[in-house]
Amino acid sequence: MRAFEYVTPKSKEQAVGLLSQNWGDTELLAGGTDLLALMKDDVVAPKRLVNVKSIAGLDAIGYNARTGLRIGALVRIADFADNADVRKYYPTLARVADDAASPQIRNQATMAGNLCQRPRCWYFRNGFGLLAKDPQSGKSLVVEGDNRYHAILGNDGPAYFVSPSSIAPALIAAGAKIRVFGPSGARELPLEKFYVIPKSENEREHDLRSNEIVIEIVVPPPSGERFGHYEVRQKAEFDWPLATASVALKMSGNKVQAARIVMGHVAPIPWVCDKYVEATLLGQPLTETTANAAGVVAAEKPGKSLGKNAYKIRLAHVAVKRALLQAVKET
Amino acid sequence: MKSVEIVVNGVERRAQVEPRMLLVHFLRDVAGLTGTHIGCETSLCGACTALLDGRAVKSCTVLAVQADGHSVTTIEALASEGQLHPLQESFWEEHALQCGFCTPGMIMCASDLLGSNASPSDREIREGLSGNLCRCTGYQNIVGAVKSASRKMKRRTAATAAKK
Repeated sequence: MRAFEYVTPKSKEQAVGLLSQNWGDTELLAGGTDLLALMKDDVVAPKRLVNVKSIAGLDAIGYNARTGLRIGALVRIADFADNADVRKYYPTLARVADDAASPQIRNQATMAGNLCQRPRCWYFRNGFGLLAKDPQSGKSLVVEGDNRYHAILGNDGPAYFVSPSSIAPALIAAGAKIRVFGPSGARELPLEKFYVIPKSENEREHDLRSNEIVIEIVVPPPSGERFGHYEVRQKAEFDWPLATASVALKMSGNKVQAARIVMGHVAPIPWVCDKYVEATLLGQPLTETTANAAGVVAAEKPGKSLGKNAYKIRLAHVAVKRALLQAVKET
Repeated sequence: MKSVEIVVNGVERRAQVEPRMLLVHFLRDVAGLTGTHIGCETSLCGACTALLDGRAVKSCTVLAVQADGHSVTTIEALASEGQLHPLQESFWEEHALQCGFCTPGMIMCASDLLGSNASPSDREIREGLSGNLCRCTGYQNIVGAVKSASRKMKRRTAATAAKK
């Protein structure tokens, strides 16, 4: 690991002042479970590390029946998963957090860190950059190379990695917003708008600027929606999924009144399904047949293989179907 | 260089360290406690597991400066007055180790697990140790040892309560 300057600001204003206006010069340190791995491998080499853990007031969870759930950026994943209000009012979110990474990582990693973790793309992790271009030809190493774990949606290029957080799609299905703080104060945006597909190497996969910090995640109060979340994984524990689906359903009797479906690990961003997917379900009872049809419209129709990842289209289809069926099964 | 104060197994350690020094290197090279092993150094294998403020973390993925002002517990602190901790005893009795490289990490992670769940099921033990790799045993005896230790600890707690 390269040497760096280490600073521990005590307020978010101080933290923002210590962060650079350019990516690469400085990095934010919270739990560090992702950042340290990137620094050891020299994928990122910041000159200054800004540890935000000493900033007071960013590590609390608060629940209110009217305003919903506020999750401080520095809340550890384990504390979120164990929180009594989260378990009671947002059991699906608690389960998703509890299934992320391993116990030791959940004890150290923060919720905002999970949302901002960098992609697992092996070209990126081996120093070829977020867009994984061949240094000589400038062509994508992913398209020509081993893309078995890469995107099946939103993969028109130049980004082909998949968004790595399994918690983000579930939070988006639950209608979460994210609050960030920068030189001109705080701003709030829907979590799905926080994720962007980068077009050039000096952009990142999220909307956070290099001198901003995440301060809070806000989830609206439960309003009778039914949630489901299904992950297709190679290993049951300590693995990033191959495809996930998070769903939120509003039911009228046994008919679907509204449906929000978000797929994970299939695109460079958490993939919010469009109206055509919802349309297959609206006014319908949720059965094996209708859930399967939604999976087809969500994944099989728009999905595009890069050559070695066609199997992921099928996995995403099945994840959508199972998440939907789970949502109506669980009370 | 940064000066840090880290309480390791109840003893305050002050040192000047480079910000890039990993906690596991602090434990081994500065504090001289080599029971915490360095395995993969990529937070995969769990051999370096120690407790940070009582909770299991991978000390290869924590900077020593991040532990400044906090307390760390390593495998060296488990035995007391020449008496092995029930987990250490059970790992021995149940043949839960062969080469022993993963053992300190397994035991530290198991101690965190038993701290929050005194009688875990097999499944809970497996989930609790899912961040620790063992390449010798096939895990069966490790799960058995944690179960046995949980029974011993409950018996000892009951015995202590009865004395009072």
